[in-house]
Amino acid sequence: MRVTLTVNGEQRTADDVWPGESLLFTLRERLGLPGTKNACEQGECGSCTVLLDGLPVCACLVAAGQAQGRTVVTVEGIARYPGSIAARNERGADGAAPTAATADGSTLHPVQEAFVAAGAVQCGFCTPGLVVAVVDLLRTRPHPTDSEIREALAGNLCRCTGYEKILDAVHLAAQRLAAAGPDAS
Amino acid sequence: MTTQAPSPVGSATPARTPGGIGESPARPDGTLKVTGQFAYSSDLWLDEALFGVTLRSPHARACITGIDIAKALAVPGVHAVLTHEDVPGLPYYGLDHPDQPVLAIDEVRYQGEPVAILAATDPHTARRALSLIEVTYDVLPPVTDARRAVFDPSIDRVHPDGNVVRHQPVRVGSADEVTADVVVVGEYEVGMQDQAFLGPESGLAVPAENGGVDLYIATQWLHVDRGQIARCLDLPEEKVRLTLAGVGGAFGAREDLSMQVHACMLALHTGKPVRMSYDRAESFLGHVHRHPAWLRYEHGATRDGKLVYVKATIVLDGGAYTSTTPAVVGNAASLGVGPYEVPHIAIDVYGARTNNPPCGAMRGFGAVQVCYAYESQMDALAAELGLSPVEIRIRNAVSQGSKLATGQVIDSPAPLADMLRRVASLPLPPSTVDSSGDLPGGYGNTTRGEGVRRGVGYGVGIKNICFSEGFDDYATARVRLAVVGGEPVVTVHTAAAEVGQGLVTLQQQIVRTELGVSTVLLQPADTTIGSAGSSSASRQSYMTGGAVKAACEAVRTRVAQRLGHSTVELVGGKVLAGDTIVDLAAAVGDEPIEETVVFRHRPTVPMDPVTGQGDSHVQLALCVHRAVVDVDVELGLVKVVELAAVQDVGRVMNRVALEGQIHGGSAQGLGLALMEEIQVVDGLVRNPSFTDYLIPTILDVPPMPLTILEHPDPHAPYGLRGAGEPPTLSSTPAIAAAVRAATGLRLRRVPIRPEHITHPT
Repeated sequence: MRVTLTVNGEQRTADDVWPGESLLFTLRERLGLPGTKNACEQGECGSCTVLLDGLPVCACLVAAGQAQGRTVVTVEGIARYPGSIAARNERGADGAAPTAATADGSTLHPVQEAFVAAGAVQCGFCTPGLVVAVVDLLRTRPHPTDSEIREALAGNLCRCTGYEKILDAVHLAAQRLAAAGPDAS
Repeated sequence: MTTQAPSPVGSATPARTPGGIGESPARPDGTLKVTGQFAYSSDLWLDEALFGVTLRSPHARACITGIDIAKALAVPGVHAVLTHEDVPGLPYYGLDHPDQPVLAIDEVRYQGEPVAILAATDPHTARRALSLIEVTYDVLPPVTDARRAVFDPSIDRVHPDGNVVRHQPVRVGSADEVTADVVVVGEYEVGMQDQAFLGPESGLAVPAENGGVDLYIATQWLHVDRGQIARCLDLPEEKVRLTLAGVGGAFGAREDLSMQVHACMLALHTGKPVRMSYDRAESFLGHVHRHPAWLRYEHGATRDGKLVYVKATIVLDGGAYTSTTPAVVGNAASLGVGPYEVPHIAIDVYGARTNNPPCGAMRGFGAVQVCYAYESQMDALAAELGLSPVEIRIRNAVSQGSKLATGQVIDSPAPLADMLRRVASLPLPPSTVDSSGDLPGGYGNTTRGEGVRRGVGYGVGIKNICFSEGFDDYATARVRLAVVGGEPVVTVHTAAAEVGQGLVTLQQQIVRTELGVSTVLLQPADTTIGSAGSSSASRQSYMTGGAVKAACEAVRTRVAQRLGHSTVELVGGKVLAGDTIVDLAAAVGDEPIEETVVFRHRPTVPMDPVTGQGDSHVQLALCVHRAVVDVDVELGLVKVVELAAVQDVGRVMNRVALEGQIHGGSAQGLGLALMEEIQVVDGLVRNPSFTDYLIPTILDVPPMPLTILEHPDPHAPYGLRGAGEPPTLSSTPAIAAAVRAATGLRLRRVPIRPEHITHPT
């Protein structure tokens, strides 16, 4: 079947999609977006977290056909299309409006910058899913406590870091977003 | 070269080049990794690339009576179906001893053993066609009890040459004759842990015009992969070119081959690029695991708590093939009493072959299993003597000058007693939890916490760094200093595998410190340069770090020679030559300087086969943990409240990366203590998924305060000490001890499961 959806602000069409195919497979194998990672295909590890109409989902648990006509943001587009609460509530045309986060010419979202700066990246296989999950977390809770971070990220497995530097990165990103003002979410 | 001497640029000492050793510069691959642009081995793609899949045995042990590939081959889109008869060269591989078939030959010896491989135009077609291959088996009763495999002469042989891969004794003094005031005996078990890296086994093989093959692969050691692949393909090594693809974690599981030969066979057979990528269930079957262990220990001590003797019998289940079992046995034997002074020792370690899943390298490599047992024994001894767990360890702790069980004298700092005092004096976390979410079991805990008991426990571990027992464990590095756009630029080339640990960052840091050049480029790791050795045994900072340092020193000497000096200093893009300072760019001019160096650590020797004696290790590293746990004794649930570590690292090269290693290693030890076990029943894996094999989440891992000590090792580059593995050793027994302290139970097995607490045997 044919699936048409908006990915990272661009309308994309995938042909020959198999009825049982996951959104993850379509993104990686048909749309040339391998940034979203495939580590378990059972919704246990969170490596494939993307925003679907502004909400975080495991792309491996979403059938590609379910994404027909909807809006997907992956790690490749998260800096330009981080979404917003308004987009989530109103489901605007692309579900997630470009923000001022990249106005300084940087191509990284503050969450991405913080992951590098805090040492939250080792092998990095969990990182794309975590970056998307943390962008979503900070949109709804701009200043999360450790407990709130742990609860929000409990679905994202990391085998390298022991999570300590990931906690540091979330706090650092929260500080930087707060310093950058409300438009930078 | 242009012979005009560079003119002096002043005499003020230039500023040190930022981003050198001791700092924590950002990883060079960090931006790629946070934006999804980093190309992992499972992301590789070429037009026309076929997708390869593997048919595996559903049985732990069976004779193959027939393979019919006709139906699969007839599926449109299928380009090849291959079996063992299609292996061009040696049909076996193995790191230590080539006993593992590339594809099963007449017999399968474990569930998941590859039987046939298939390439098709896309993954859907490939998997559908794979199910049409018909294999008929005569199922045999599997050998699954490692102790019987070793000690029961009536049991079937898994291989014609027997079930014992290696038996390594250690004999010191007269352990069988001496007596002690106090004796404690314990039998312990360690379950089969999985490395559970997130990035699956995967890669891309491309046929080369010269009849060879190019393989882009996630591995820990390109050159040892290449040697095995070339032999199996019957190609000269130079026709098998490997390039490191992005590695999604390793932890030992990428030391053995997985899909490497298979992808190359399919590519060479079809003449097309072939990519392969396992799914999670296949990954659990497709790589080796940590050896499960059975350990019986007897410790004798004086009334004042000094160890008199240690006797131990240890059986490590290596599963169906040899893999690295011999070296794992060596580690368990040489480190089997832990970092304690023991006058009389009798240890026997056996590595078994069975029809269980093959076991090999995982972080800690043989030192983990014994650490859990000897530390459990130290706690039992302390309880028997009425001493604190910390005090009994201090009374027996090694220090510089002490002898290991092998007779090897520890000839660099080993401040274990100090480390124990430090960890014991750290403030304890608050004695009550903030919210019900912090109870054991989290919000799933259905009580008000009335059954929750707190416990504190300690663990100490000692790990060998680098390869031991006489292995020629070298690393190669090429460093090239050139001028680009008027600025000095250094390019580093090694074959060392970056697996997440941050070796790429460290190489840049070393160049900045040694050559004073801020722009450091890293060439992709590949086999066009000499071996860097394995990214394992906590060895790459020491070995590839040492090689890059030595290559920089050789380049620096060349700079000095150009300026007519015997030595110079290179700082901040300048050359300090005697009293003059010149621009490094001017000194290099249009004649780049390139040096390739092979670096070796000091030699080691094999353990004596009868006594286990010998200077078998290069370097030793210590870590100490204190665990604080809450246990719900009614529900059997455990919450680790805090996991504090003290580790001596010789010298901090990059604090952020180092802390990441200690945190990550501690978390994997936590997993072994409480969560992680591959459940094997009659040789069959029952939980090959992240739904059923649980690794710690961010909710399971507590705050992990670190105390990092720097007592330089005079033998090592910069005085550094390998750091990635030691915390994986000591965190497991510390947590087990804390659970014992909370419950009063003996708990002789890890991982500790809820029923061990609610229904102790």
